[in-house]
Amino acid sequence: MRIGVVTFPGTLDDRDAARAVEYAGAEAISLWHGSDDLKHVDAVVLPGGFSYGDYLRCGAISAKAPIMQSIIVAAEHGFPVLGICNGFQVLAEAHLLPGALTRNADMHFLCTDQKLVIENNKTMWTNGFAVGQEILIPMKNAEGNFNCDDATLHELESEGRVIARYVGANPNGSRAAIAGITNKRGNVVGLMPHPEHAIDLLTGPSEDGLTFFTSILNAMVK
Amino acid sequence: MALDTVANAAATPDFELPFAQLGLKEDEYAKIREILGRRPTGSELAMYSVMWSEHCSYKSSKVHLKQFGEKAVKSDALLVGIGENAGVVDIGQGYAVTFKAESHNHPSFVEPYQGAATGIGGIVRDILTMGARPIAVMDPLRFGAADAPDTRRVLPGVVAGIGGYGNCLGLPNIGGEIVFDETYAGNPLVNALCVGVMRHEDIKLAQAHGAGNLVVLYGAKTGGDGIGGASILASETFNTAKPTKRPAVQVGDPFAEKVLIECSLEIFAEDLVVGIQDLGAAGISCATTELASAGTGGMNVQLEKVPLRDPSLSPEEILMSESQERMCAIVEPSKLARFMAICKKWDVTATVIGEVTSGDRLHITHNGELIVDVPPRTVAHDGPVLTRPMARPEYLDSLTPTSLAPIESAADIKAAVLKLMSAPNIADKSWVTKQFDHYVQGNTILSQPEDSGMIRIDEKTHLGIAISTDANARWSYLDPYNGVKLALLESCRNIATSGAKPLAITNCLNFGSPEDPGVMWTFAETVRGLADICLEMGLPVTGGNVSFYNQTGKVAILPTPVVGVLGVIEDVRTRSAMSFKEAGLELFQLGNADDNFSGSEWAHLHGQMGDRAPTPDVDHETRLVKVLLAGQKYFAAAHDISNGGLAATLSEMVIKSGIGATISIPGEVVPGGLTGALFAETPGRVVIAVKTDNVAAVERIATDLNIPMHTLGVTGGDALVINGASIPLAELSAAYTETFPRLFG
Repeated sequence: MRIGVVTFPGTLDDRDAARAVEYAGAEAISLWHGSDDLKHVDAVVLPGGFSYGDYLRCGAISAKAPIMQSIIVAAEHGFPVLGICNGFQVLAEAHLLPGALTRNADMHFLCTDQKLVIENNKTMWTNGFAVGQEILIPMKNAEGNFNCDDATLHELESEGRVIARYVGANPNGSRAAIAGITNKRGNVVGLMPHPEHAIDLLTGPSEDGLTFFTSILNAMVK
Repeated sequence: MALDTVANAAATPDFELPFAQLGLKEDEYAKIREILGRRPTGSELAMYSVMWSEHCSYKSSKVHLKQFGEKAVKSDALLVGIGENAGVVDIGQGYAVTFKAESHNHPSFVEPYQGAATGIGGIVRDILTMGARPIAVMDPLRFGAADAPDTRRVLPGVVAGIGGYGNCLGLPNIGGEIVFDETYAGNPLVNALCVGVMRHEDIKLAQAHGAGNLVVLYGAKTGGDGIGGASILASETFNTAKPTKRPAVQVGDPFAEKVLIECSLEIFAEDLVVGIQDLGAAGISCATTELASAGTGGMNVQLEKVPLRDPSLSPEEILMSESQERMCAIVEPSKLARFMAICKKWDVTATVIGEVTSGDRLHITHNGELIVDVPPRTVAHDGPVLTRPMARPEYLDSLTPTSLAPIESAADIKAAVLKLMSAPNIADKSWVTKQFDHYVQGNTILSQPEDSGMIRIDEKTHLGIAISTDANARWSYLDPYNGVKLALLESCRNIATSGAKPLAITNCLNFGSPEDPGVMWTFAETVRGLADICLEMGLPVTGGNVSFYNQTGKVAILPTPVVGVLGVIEDVRTRSAMSFKEAGLELFQLGNADDNFSGSEWAHLHGQMGDRAPTPDVDHETRLVKVLLAGQKYFAAAHDISNGGLAATLSEMVIKSGIGATISIPGEVVPGGLTGALFAETPGRVVIAVKTDNVAAVERIATDLNIPMHTLGVTGGDALVINGASIPLAELSAAYTETFPRLFG
């Protein structure tokens, strides 16, 4: 099983995402923003970072990259995509997911170990979790404040497309404490916190993050 | 003025150049005329003025710093020593590590965000220039009183700048220090340390070899920011009577730097450069003269080829500009096409601006006209060397011992511990560190507030490194020779407490004006102490940085020599953290407390300084390091005792663990009584938590190495109980965590 990890200029967590993919037992394939070649991967991860320096808006320029045009077309046909942090921002800018990630309510960059509750385990990236399961994974961003209009929020809630919510005090002002969402089909998932930083106890606060990467393996084997 | 060419300079020998405004003294200007045999051109003057500034030439410190050479430790681990952009150390398994600290103090006072941000940018480029991938940063910081209005301007800006730049580069921030003291008001210290890793064979040097090889400038375009920054901003005490130097602070673009890092590493991996230098202080002036000076020949540079952000820049300004995110490479012609292809892949502007020649002069032309014709070594290395007057400062004769009321009752103990833990110098710093990414790259094993930052180097062999930065400015104030020795010993202790073996050091020496004989004396004593302690501990000095003029009017900062120690750990899985995971562990103190409160936080909270720094005990500290390394596998947790004494160490451990402890200290057997045991900052001590089954093994190691081991108590419960005084964890934690949000929002 081959999982692509995209590098944009300014991507930071690409090697971390590749490590997580390999911990889960898949092969990590490096994909370059400037090429539209998906190299026959079975799924793709858009990792965190500051692609294009967050210029214009976070993820806005990357959403127009050649690799994204291939990903957008594939995703519309069910190809699995996980966007983490800046990757989530890219997915929002590419309109593969609704809403926008705005400046944190307290205006500060925030790096912390964050508790989440999983609310949807039907997606290709969350099927290894139980609904209601609490997990602890790092989050680190300045623009993680999820916002959308009332109609979109209603749609996300009524269709069960919120995959994870922050537990405890809302860390960044996100609407309905939303940490991650999925598209209607459940193949595209965006998540602000970083599961790739919680794959072993030596370097992370837990091993909870690994389940996102083993989930996609389960989804593909089925 | 029209272009001031070399011919024009020769023809108009009496034309007066504004050398004094550029920070050059009369005798320095005379020396330049002597070197050149004529008056310098405007461009040459610009180059000499920046390169001969205190910041670039170390003219006041050179005579003292040579001790690091004279007393150098013979070490097989040192692959590249002082003089290059950063020293390089062998950590085994074919890996080499380079690390260095630098100051960006003055710019950070003027413009906190950009000053701190470009401080990170500069030190990261130094590390990159050695051929290494930067893997972590640390920030030792000093500010004025925590509740002073200007601190509320400077600190949040500095923190945001460090985060804004470092986070965007993808470098984990793994530690540092934040200390408040009135003397830093108007003179905040913003030091930045970066560490990088490479394979031995990938080390790069700043040398321009081989006539015909090309000089390639790559990275950001050159703009008008930071012009004169090095010569004026860093070398002159702030003086309100002079016009503001505000525009002289550089502006950083971390995205450009991130791309520059990846682009450079790809270029290095294909072995496409002969030599490499980053552009920092003094920009192109520094890069071209240093490359040429360290090489075998001369260099021709065509200045009009430098890509400009601001086309109105004069040649002098182009030479002095400190625009960030630029590098200068020496490339063989046959490798140029591949070099350019990689730059294009990363959208990095790259331009051939000259070539290495067989001569011995640096020639710079602008549109065909010769504007610089100098022996490069005279600019880069033959700057002035000053033997500044020194005098033991008078304050040392009027120091008074501390006079502190003893703490006895349970109510007193509780009140004292809560007061200490909420003091800004001791209180929780996570308001700051939460603004820094410490996870990126996925190799961070330990980070702030642990005793040292620890990074995994190899995922298969588990080899890792640890770094700690320390300074105790109050002890340096009381006794500069011993103060810096104590800082180094503390740093080594921090490294060993985490489970790593100290290997090499770097430093960043922050002082007041070198024109003050008292400051110069404390500086000289500090350098003597540091050179001596490194020799005694067998640790090579890999490089360092000196920052003078941290002074407003007659008030100098406390002498603040920051020492950074690099350690190596064979298997990061064996590291010790400061927090424990279970109740029922036995707690011990290794080492003895005494009754000297001088320079302690406890004395500071009572408005007292005291009269004497502790006496460094190298023999004890060396044995303690051995106990820590040998006992490592038996420790459930370990935490150094330093600022705030044992009370702070125990409080930090229980708060981080979320598990309490019951402590019993027989006050009568400690020279300073219970107060000394809890609040004196006697060096050479560490608290360890050990499972009962392992206690005998640890005792054996301590006994064999003659290190005292005192029973403190046992972990468990939801309070820190000291001699019957019960402090609920919730109350302790609240006191500890509320201070920073209250002060800084």
